[in-house]
This record gives sequence, structure tokens and C-alpha cells, in this order.
Amino acid sequence: MGGFRVLESFRGRDVISILDFTRRELEELFEVADEAWKLARARPLRGRILALAFFEPSTRTRMSFESAMKRLGGETLLVAGEEAISVAKGENLADTVRMLDAYSDAIVIRHRFEGAALYAAEIAESPVINAGDGRQHHPTQAMLDLYTITKLFGGVDGLTIGVLGDLRYGRAAASFLLGLTLFKPRMVYLISPPQLRPRRELLDELKSRGLRFQEAELADVLEELDILYVTRIQRERFPDPSEYEKVRGSYRVTLDMLERQAKRELKVLHPLPRVDEIDYRVDGSRFQAYFTQARLGVPLRMALLMGVLGGEA
Amino acid sequence: MEEGLLVRRIREGTVVDHIPPGRAIAVLKVLGLWPPRPNGHRIAVVFNAESRKMGRKDIVKVEGYHVGEAESRAIALVAPTATINVIRNGVVERKWKAEPPEEVEGLLSCPNPTCISRKPGEPIKPRMRLRSREPLEYRCVYCGTPVRGGDVERYLTV
Ligand SMILES: [Zn+2]
Repeated sequence: MGGFRVLESFRGRDVISILDFTRRELEELFEVADEAWKLARARPLRGRILALAFFEPSTRTRMSFESAMKRLGGETLLVAGEEAISVAKGENLADTVRMLDAYSDAIVIRHRFEGAALYAAEIAESPVINAGDGRQHHPTQAMLDLYTITKLFGGVDGLTIGVLGDLRYGRAAASFLLGLTLFKPRMVYLISPPQLRPRRELLDELKSRGLRFQEAELADVLEELDILYVTRIQRERFPDPSEYEKVRGSYRVTLDMLERQAKRELKVLHPLPRVDEIDYRVDGSRFQAYFTQARLGVPLRMALLMGVLGGEA
Repeated sequence: MEEGLLVRRIREGTVVDHIPPGRAIAVLKVLGLWPPRPNGHRIAVVFNAESRKMGRKDIVKVEGYHVGEAESRAIALVAPTATINVIRNGVVERKWKAEPPEEVEGLLSCPNPTCISRKPGEPIKPRMRLRSREPLEYRCVYCGTPVRGGDVERYLTV
């Protein structure tokens, strides 16, 4: 079939923030994700190489990209773990990115410094995909979250969504909230312990983009929710460990709570890994959608890679 | 200009007036004129001149150097009240109030210690984009961290 024509507007593009994309582009991405397994049969990315540079520990996101690339017939180059640490010690990020740029067709990067992916994109000729930069962005997670909601509810508009957890240091929650501004949910409730409230910049951004949201307590809004998006506390980003001790275990979603108060159709999402925010008893219940969400990570990233790397090999 | 007794008028060059007291050297730095070079422009600096509007002010006069629009924006960052007077043939050819730049590269550092622009050993300059004029707010292009109003001075690299 020669080149395949999917997601023209994604071709060669950097993926730094969820806000780099329009709603229409995301919807097209989701349509391709629905077809990803079928499209993969032609091995459309045969001969292409994706560099995975993980300067921060990650299993889930890294393996999901790796699996997606391999399903499409492509190859991956991995810099992670000890190797990434020693590379990071031995030379600056700019030089590492130049090396990866020379060895691959696109670079996926995770780094603990905010802005690292944008910086890499300024240096590299190949497209750069942000797999998490510090506490700032995690656009492919946000794409996946919005895709999951689209699969579960047919769309995002009109839904009532609670976002629970670490809204201060959590990049998944921040990216999800920014992603929601591209749609028209009925209401978004921000639910967090006082120390983990969103930073003012994020609230300003949500406001200026016209998202309908307010801060709330879980017990006051649980019965209204269609989606409860839960995140863990980002221990590693606390400037002061004693501050972490004060908030750990400060929220927990239990099956009793959901059965007592939530709508029957409520779905619980979580970018995973979890610590103790969700009771294991929720796993087998009708509320659980976080495993569904995790499973959709591969087709979503397949669609994205086909878009970014697509065209003639 | 009441400081005329101290410094003679210039025929060709620029007078940067109404600089907040203490910021004159910062103005010279953003113009790339500090430290002064032995054979460079003739420069006069007045600290703490009387000002009806401001109480005290600094003034910088540079002979043979005509400040342009882009440079005046950089001046606005270190001296938001400054007025620029470009002088040719002994007359003020153009006078304007400096406006803050839309984007600044290298002049303003990011307050966030885990911003990539602060990572040691990287060939990267901090970049800030204007978010609001009133109140003045810049945001880091890399990490989104804001620098607001009075804090601008704290994060100046000059
Ligand atoms: Zn920054």
C-alpha cells in the first residue's frame, strides 16, 4: 500500500504539550487509534527507528511506546536506567539529543527538568515526543485519558468530571485538565488536599481557556460525577520530604464510598501506578476503568507514531 | 533637563531619562555598554537626579549611539519608567516611553530551579514571554513559571 495517509497534520510534529493540538486533531487521532490494530498489519513503520530516552524511571509509558512501535513493525533504541543516568552525568542533554537525533527517526523523552522536551525539540531535527517533563506536561497520557473517556462515554462534552489528588506536582493531572479545556465538559471539580492545590498558573490557564471548573470536596460532589480521575501524590517532586509525610494517605477512594454515593455509571480513571489512593476492592467493580485506560495506551500511541512518523518510509 | 549643569548637551546620541534610581548601570548592561571600553562611546551617567515626577531618577547619556526600538524594549525591562530621547544634529529627533518586550532572551532568568533553562552545562538561554503588561508578568517559555511585577528585578541577569 505504499505510504499510508493518516493524520496528515501530525507528520513530523513535536508533541510537547496537549495544547499543541486542536480538538479536531485529537478526535482524528482517536479515530485512527480505533483502527490501530488493523493498520498495524501492514507494518507501516518497518525500517523506522524510535529512540526512547528515559532519564526518569518509567515502566508503563516506556513499554507502551516500545510495544506500539514494535507492533507497527518499527525498531526502538533505548536509553534508560543506569545507562541514562551515566549518560546524563557524562554529557549535557543537548549532546545526548544530537546523538539520538542522528541514530533515530523520532525521539521520545522523559526528564525530570521542566521544559526538557521543548529544549530537545529545539535541538533535534527529528520530531520529539514528550513522555513527561518534571511536573509540567505529559501530553500522551492526556491523549490517552481523553481517548479512554471518548471510548467509555462517546465523547467528553457534557460530562461531570472530578479530578482528585496531587494537582500541584502531578503532570498527568495538569495535562488532563489542560486537555479538558479543548472540550466542553459540564463541570470539572478539582479535589485535592490544601497543600496539593493546583498552582495559580494552571488555574489562570484553565480560566482563560473558559473551562467550567471549581474546587470541591469529594463527598460533596461524588454523586454528580460521571468520571473520577484519581492521581497519586508525586512524592519525588516534593521540595521537602516532611511536607510529603503530612499529606500521604490523605485521600482514598473505597468501594463502600462509591457504592453508597456514586452514580452506577461512574468510571474511575487513574494514570497508574497507584500507591494507596484506590482500594483494591474497586478493581473488580463496575466502577473500575483504569485497567481499560492502561490497555488503550498502546493503540493510542500507535496512532500517534503513525501520525508523526507516517508517510513513505 | 535640569542636570544640564553637570553634563554638557550632546549633539548625536541617546539620552535615557526617568530611569528608576539605581538602575542606570543595568540600562548600560542591556545596551551592551557596560563595562565601558577604553575607546568606546562617551557615556555620562547621573545617579539620583531630582525629578518632579519620580522624586529621584537616574539618567544615561550615550554619545554617538542611537538606541533603536528593540533595545528600548530591553531597557523597559530593567527600567520600566524610562523615556528614550534620540538626538541628531543637536535636536531631539524622537522621544518615546520604553515598552516591555514580547519576548526576552537571556535577560531574565527563570525562578524555577528544576527548569531546563537552569540546568548547569546546557547551552541554553532563559526565554520569557510577556503574558500581561498591567500588571507586568512574564512566563518562562520552557516551564511556564511566572515572573510578576516587582519580581522582574530579582530575576534580571544583568
Ligand atoms: Zn523555566
